[in-house]
Amino acid sequence: MNILVVLMPLALALGLLGLAAFFWNMRTGQYSDLEGPGWRILDDDDLATEPVPADSPVAAPGQRS
Amino acid sequence: MADGQDLSIFVRHGSGGVAGMELAVDGMRCAGCMHAIERGLARETGILNARVNLALKRVTVEWREGALRPEAIVASLAALGFKAYPFLPAQEREAAQQEDKQLLRYLGVAGFASMNIMLLSVSVWSGNANDINPVTRDFFHWVSALIALPTAAYAGRPFFESALRALRAGAVNMDVPIMLGIVLALGMSVVVTLNHGEHAYFDGVVMLIFFLLIGRYLDQLMRRRTRDLAGNLAALKAETATRLGADGTSVVVPIAAIAAGDLVLVRPGERVSVDGLVESGSSEIDQSLVTGETAPASVSAGERVHAGTLNLSGALTIRVEAAGAGTLLSEIDRLMAQAVESRSRYVRLSDRAARLYAPVVHATALATFLGWMLFGLAWHQALIIAITVLIITCPCALGLAIPAVQVVSAAALFRRKVMLKQGDALERLAEVDTVVFDKTGTLTLPEPGLSNLAAIAPEVLAAAGGLAAASRHPLARPIAMAAGEPRPLDTVREHHGLGLSAMVDDVEMRLGSVAFCGAEAEAAAASAAYPAASLIAWRHGARCAVFAVDQHLRPDAAASIRDLRALGLDVVILSGDRLEAVAPLAVALGIAEFKAGQRPNEKIAELERLAAAGRRTLMVGDGLNDAPALAKAHASMSPISATQLAQASADIVFLGEELAPVAASLRIARKARRLMVQNLWFAVLYNAVAVPIAIAGFATPLVAAVAMSGSSLVVTLNALRGGRQPATPAREVSA
Repeated sequence: MNILVVLMPLALALGLLGLAAFFWNMRTGQYSDLEGPGWRILDDDDLATEPVPADSPVAAPGQRS
Repeated sequence: MADGQDLSIFVRHGSGGVAGMELAVDGMRCAGCMHAIERGLARETGILNARVNLALKRVTVEWREGALRPEAIVASLAALGFKAYPFLPAQEREAAQQEDKQLLRYLGVAGFASMNIMLLSVSVWSGNANDINPVTRDFFHWVSALIALPTAAYAGRPFFESALRALRAGAVNMDVPIMLGIVLALGMSVVVTLNHGEHAYFDGVVMLIFFLLIGRYLDQLMRRRTRDLAGNLAALKAETATRLGADGTSVVVPIAAIAAGDLVLVRPGERVSVDGLVESGSSEIDQSLVTGETAPASVSAGERVHAGTLNLSGALTIRVEAAGAGTLLSEIDRLMAQAVESRSRYVRLSDRAARLYAPVVHATALATFLGWMLFGLAWHQALIIAITVLIITCPCALGLAIPAVQVVSAAALFRRKVMLKQGDALERLAEVDTVVFDKTGTLTLPEPGLSNLAAIAPEVLAAAGGLAAASRHPLARPIAMAAGEPRPLDTVREHHGLGLSAMVDDVEMRLGSVAFCGAEAEAAAASAAYPAASLIAWRHGARCAVFAVDQHLRPDAAASIRDLRALGLDVVILSGDRLEAVAPLAVALGIAEFKAGQRPNEKIAELERLAAAGRRTLMVGDGLNDAPALAKAHASMSPISATQLAQASADIVFLGEELAPVAASLRIARKARRLMVQNLWFAVLYNAVAVPIAIAGFATPLVAAVAMSGSSLVVTLNALRGGRQPATPAREVSA
């Protein structure tokens, strides 16, 4: 049963890690908008340095509404 | 008319020379809109950061201090095709957000603790079934205690605080048995662990806290969604006032920026947005939203005007006495205080259950203890059994029974464009048997319309529309609207208190009062056909016409009233308007019971009379004069076009031009109440099974854990049925 001495703190540490991650999520406001980020991942703004034509289709949906 | 706008009140000045502003954006629905806004704003020079919150339909913009004016942001969003309205970062909103976060933190800690302790407990249970080494078991129990005690002290705080508050006030709520259960169970478990016993209930306690916190959080979630949406709607209303500077310049500013002592200009056709004294000018004002009276009253310098009144004929400058929430007519103020007091006597379903529940449970536990003592058991063993009774009866399912139903039903209401402001409004709404409607702005549309459109020749309407478009008079607006908002004629002259005129084909064309146009004969015919309507005449040379402008019923008013009747409700009209205006409308809707010319105190008296006759009333109203009645009635609803005070006093606010939400909300509320009662009965049934087991002393920690999670699951699943609403007849009728 000596293995428990290792396993027990390990289990608790993993749990605490999860809790810490949860607190970090909350503090950085990741729960304030649960819809936007799912779409944001499709945004190519990290490629903006490349010569993208100004009339890229991104602007089109907004004009429709 | 081309006043500058000043939105600087909305700007938040952060550190490092960064200014920020939050705006509610109308019509932002999809990810495409989000990209368009963020990209479009990022292209503007000076803007450091623009971030959209798609769930809340808001955008937060930051810029370098002094780089641009806040109005420019609204303008550039308008250029992108979105209407945006700035937000005032309200103090209470921040406080509520803090509370939200705190609750989520408690929930996170309780979740972590219950998972880890369960891990240890399952090992102990399976060990007990075989032959666990007592030293190992003690070790596991101590580790559980190490997790459970700080968790209970931290995450149990909402319950302890609420229970202590109730006890200090000499009352009992659901949190009192919860607190007692938690404290006793923890104490007992520590003692058991010290004595190397088999059964410690650390897992049960923490699981209880976790489930109860879920219920709390659901409750909070519902209120937050309502608050966010209400915040957006308040911003979308964008109430403004024209402030006159000392140097004679005029600036349009949001109401929030107006302070007492400012001088405000109110043009004809504009709504007065402040309370104050008339400094100069004279005019007629329509006070229907304030007093319910539709006949205009004349005001001149030195007289007092109230927010919500409509300026009809002349420009007024007003010295502000109170802005924003403002002062009220003292009579309404007094009635409100009285009405709110009577409403607060309502006891919520959960509190009613708690009142029965706590004494019964505590008496059972005590009887168990004494019973086992008499039976000859040692006192500490008898105490352990009594405490397991308390643990097993702990209202885990009860804590979820009502909030879960409320959240699901509130979401169902949201989809029908109905905002629930308080959870317990559902319970009150379900008990209603009489619906009391206000007339003006509730049964009728908030804006008047043209009644005799069919009798007017199209070319007459077009000509009159050109004149009417030049005026902001409330009676001219429906004519311009019916004519399709034409371009105003160039040479329109306004004749104070009479009407408008312009030269067309070298003949003077007039639009205005009947006498101004010399149209007495036509007016007599029109007033015979539409006795309640206001008349506006038009004359061009020999040609002459009379327009009848009147309040129009909401498009589905008749169908909604039929629908309410089908639900078994009585319908009553209480209006502040004249009898001649109310009677034909009541007949058209088939409502036999109506009262006209009701002052706010008479409305309250009528509600009291109905209540004394054993009827539960739902008040539906929109005016300042309805506010006391809205607060007084058993439940209340307001359309979104209502005055601020009316909305604040109503339990429920509905959007759109239709009345169908009234019947739809009643249906959902009744279903919700049925589910709540079912859930409470389930909790009773659960206790009827579990308590004898506990009294017999068979309630091991394993039994407690299974019973607790099982019952919570059942009530939650039952609550979810509230969202599965088939298409209601109300929707079919209105479709």
